Amino acid sequence: MNSRIGFVAFNTFREAVRDRVLYNLIAFALMLSGAAILVGEISIDIERLVVVNLGLTAVSLFGVVIAIFIGIGLVSKEIDKRTLYTVLSRPVRRWEFVVGKFFGLTGTLVVNTFFMALGVFLALLYVAHRFQKMDFWVLVALYFIVLQFFIVCSLALFFSTFSTPLMSAVFTFALFVIGSLAEDLRGFARVTQGVAGWIATGIAYVVPNFSALNIIGAVAHGDPVAGRLILYSTIYALLYSAIAISGAVLVFQHRNLK
Amino acid sequence: MAAIEILDLEKSYSVGFWRKRPKLALRPLRLTIEEGEVFGFLGPNGAGKTTTLKLLMGLVFPTAGSARILGLDMHDPRVKSEIGFLPEQPYFYDHLSARELLNYYGQLSGVPAKERSARVEKMLGRVGLTDSAGVQLRKFSKGMLQRVGLAQAILHDPKLVFLDEPMSGLDPSGRREVRDLIQQLRNEGKTVFFSTHILSDAEALCDRVAVIHQGELRGVGSVAELTSQTQGKIEIIFYSQRIPAGLTNLGAHARISGDMVNAVLPEEQQDAALEILRSEHLKLISLVPLRNSLEEYYIQKLQPTEGRVQEERKGVAV
Repeated sequence: MNSRIGFVAFNTFREAVRDRVLYNLIAFALMLSGAAILVGEISIDIERLVVVNLGLTAVSLFGVVIAIFIGIGLVSKEIDKRTLYTVLSRPVRRWEFVVGKFFGLTGTLVVNTFFMALGVFLALLYVAHRFQKMDFWVLVALYFIVLQFFIVCSLALFFSTFSTPLMSAVFTFALFVIGSLAEDLRGFARVTQGVAGWIATGIAYVVPNFSALNIIGAVAHGDPVAGRLILYSTIYALLYSAIAISGAVLVFQHRNLK
Repeated sequence: MAAIEILDLEKSYSVGFWRKRPKLALRPLRLTIEEGEVFGFLGPNGAGKTTTLKLLMGLVFPTAGSARILGLDMHDPRVKSEIGFLPEQPYFYDHLSARELLNYYGQLSGVPAKERSARVEKMLGRVGLTDSAGVQLRKFSKGMLQRVGLAQAILHDPKLVFLDEPMSGLDPSGRREVRDLIQQLRNEGKTVFFSTHILSDAEALCDRVAVIHQGELRGVGSVAELTSQTQGKIEIIFYSQRIPAGLTNLGAHARISGDMVNAVLPEEQQDAALEILRSEHLKLISLVPLRNSLEEYYIQKLQPTEGRVQEERKGVAV
């Protein structure tokens, strides 16, 4: 990796960590363990199902909120605070800055996910007293959640290059919600005719397909995940993120920093 | 070789929500700054100084024109390794300490890892921040932030330093330290381009100055030449509690201040004035020719030119 991208990424990560975001997650992990104890007492035979469902959904939602919360300010905050002036007056190209910011935020989220995943596995261990073979698929589901974070970060970053933090948050969250219903949207598009059908198809394929990256339900039931799905999902998430980051670079490259 | 060649650099912004119209922030600017010069860019607030600096830094893009910095096109990435920049009222990452911030900027500027730490410590010492080096910047005062700003601008030993209002927000001792620093940079052979509206600083430091107003370059001149020109008048100060009638007849503007009289009169009346003092047995304190000051030059350049007056009457947005 270009060293300047690495330096920008590390500074972004350091800023996020010092913003006490990670400390919230420790609290989250503790809360999850508490919830697992409670669930273990009120459910019979489906403790594992509930813990995996509850835990992974919380990891996903919590991570998305953090990705949006930090991502929307990544560029706009630097412009508003004018911290960017002393960075871009150095041999740092604008695209390097944007890409560095992306890696910094995704790095933060990967670390967050690691700690949150520890909470999930501790809760699993508490209710089942031992790990099982099918718990491996929980790791795959966590990997899919990280892929979702990549897309959310790239979208938040994209909107951050030309919009206010509030509007960026609204756009990104709206896309996350619509994207989580992408499979339903595609189904709707298939049964709709005419112009409405064209529009629905267009939207269904343009919005990020978060529903395809959500395998929490299947994993909670202990179903295995096909290798091909992992490969395709990885390619899809990386490609989608790359396109969104390219858009961010394109906008930022021509932006006047007033 | 010229350190900076500004070739008809121009910037306008679109203003208005429904009906966009261009607002000229900088009229075509042509200016050359030589290597090793300390150059002052003077003008009131909103004159176009910061816009010019942002254009040269590549933070905003010109509507027309170009510039060459150290012989390279201003957009050439190699330029950035050779320049340092202190923005006006700088803000920095306040989650970092001064030492961490300088280290980060050193990384971005390509300062080798082996030298970086020593260079950072040297800069912290140079701006008097060694004792606060580990404190997060959010706890720094405005003056301390300005010092950090100066340190980051010269950290990588640039050939050319751009300073936007470097004395703003500093107390008298802080201003003096910045002046000393600019003087040191001059002694090291660096080119310094700084914007200011504090004329005494410009007069003390600059080899040449340019005056800009309402986005238009109004004049460029050597400070030494400007301040060495006499006004064709002399100032005489002598002990007396009244103004001799003879002096008034010579066309003097005189006023009494305590037990002294201060009189300004045409240079050619010098001998006649001295004769009057001698004849009235008045004790002379001083006699000096009045020289132009940078302030006078500045004020004169801010006056609207005929063309500008006509444009303003026509309502051209600037």
